[in-house]
Amino acid sequence: MKGVAIVGTGHSKFGRRDDASLRELAFESTKEALEDAEMSTHDIEATVISVANQFLANQTQSGAIVTDYTGMNTKPSFTTVAACASGSAAIRAAWTAIASGLHDTVLVCGVEKMTEVSTPRITEFLGFAGDPKWESRPTGITNPGIYAMFACAHMHKYGTTERQLALVAVKNHKYGAMNPVAHLRREVTVEDALKSRMIAYPLKIYDCSMISDGAAAVILASEEKAKKITDTPIFIVGLGCATDTAAMHDRADLTSFRSVVEASKQAYKMADVSPEDIDVACVHDCFTIAEIMAYEDLGFCEKGRGGNFIEEEQSYIGGKTPTNVDGGLKSKGHPLGATGVSMAVEITKQLRGECGSRQVPGAEIGLSHNLAMHGTHCMVHIYRR
Amino acid sequence: MNSAPVPFQTKVAKFFENLRDKKLTGTRCVKCKTIYCPPRADCPKCMSSHVEWLKLSGRGKLLAFTTIYVGPETFEKYVPYVISIVELEEGPKLMSLMRDVKQEDINIGMSLEAVYFEAADGRITYGFTKPLEEKTFREIKSKVCR
Repeated sequence: MKGVAIVGTGHSKFGRRDDASLRELAFESTKEALEDAEMSTHDIEATVISVANQFLANQTQSGAIVTDYTGMNTKPSFTTVAACASGSAAIRAAWTAIASGLHDTVLVCGVEKMTEVSTPRITEFLGFAGDPKWESRPTGITNPGIYAMFACAHMHKYGTTERQLALVAVKNHKYGAMNPVAHLRREVTVEDALKSRMIAYPLKIYDCSMISDGAAAVILASEEKAKKITDTPIFIVGLGCATDTAAMHDRADLTSFRSVVEASKQAYKMADVSPEDIDVACVHDCFTIAEIMAYEDLGFCEKGRGGNFIEEEQSYIGGKTPTNVDGGLKSKGHPLGATGVSMAVEITKQLRGECGSRQVPGAEIGLSHNLAMHGTHCMVHIYRR
Repeated sequence: MNSAPVPFQTKVAKFFENLRDKKLTGTRCVKCKTIYCPPRADCPKCMSSHVEWLKLSGRGKLLAFTTIYVGPETFEKYVPYVISIVELEEGPKLMSLMRDVKQEDINIGMSLEAVYFEAADGRITYGFTKPLEEKTFREIKSKVCR
């Protein structure tokens, strides 16, 4: 199997992008990735596109539109769909294509246009990603509502507090304010977060990630090719992927995601590292409780200690495992199909030492953790300088 | 009552017919005896499609809950409403609406029982509430305390 590295990254500004359509966002990130790698479209052999919820952009073959608009015709291409983990699925697919020897260079572009439809409609569409027949249709459960119930169970079992949840938002907004591509570049106090509008008890608006437009792109290359393209290839040395029940009611444990435990075990084994070796992580903080559960399920801390981990600032720069120092989904934004790719962009930049004031000093090993729905899919990637 | 029923074509349509008779039912795999509610026509544990119908007690306990303040488009007019995960006496778990229970009266582990009502689309659906005895007891107690 060939080694596979990231050789170029591109990232549009995330946010409410009234100024740009889905294809134009995709172009912004693709162009920047090509420039970063000093490559042209002719140097790309194939593309993988990630768009999670095609209804949101009022078109159902967004991948074809992206490849067309970004000048990638007539190269091999397909679109990955794994809800909010579609971006990591695209990277996994590209990695596989290169490792197998099928291609030497693959561009991955993840994009989502979410703000063209109303929040109640998005809430409805996102609810359909679970088990609509037995959950969202009959009960009116929402995505925040599902995570609220995980929070409820976690609080009941481990004594996790609403204040600890809010502290995750405080950290992610602190770093998001330093990230030029972040959606909401504003710090928030724990008091403000706790006082904010209730969305689904016990989750408030500051416990929820942003509904954003945006795109991110990475170029992957075989080891041989990567070393010719750049002096700083970032290798993807571990991949893990696992699934769990689509319906929340079928879960055996409401305080842990089995798919995360399983996917991270695969990735750590493949990369031959342990959780203590991770210098910087991007985890899927679609809701603050998800970040707390990620600390535990990824092995950054003991089960049930996630609330203490944030309280002790162990996920800040200078702590045990700096996590979401790009602002996370919470502050940077969560354009679904772009999210997993955006995580790869951030880890690549961290390992190259390009993150300025929010750089984790000397970071050599990074991890990304990308969820679909409530851990229905989980993809974990481990990166090395 | 203005949202149109979503077509639901399935091998377990009997579940909805039984709801009309105020009966909560599930399926049981004849081979491995696993009980499914919501019902399944096929058992993923032993890949068998030989299942039988089973009437459930409708009693269970609360595992987790949330109160929805920002709802999806078709439920917007009902906020706030409470949703729970209930573990049935027979083992399976269900997500369902909580009926006639206030958030402050909810405790994890509390006993619940099924109730039946007309959903927005006109179908008869199920929810869970506190068992009648407990509610009455609480009401009596609150009167005495006053």
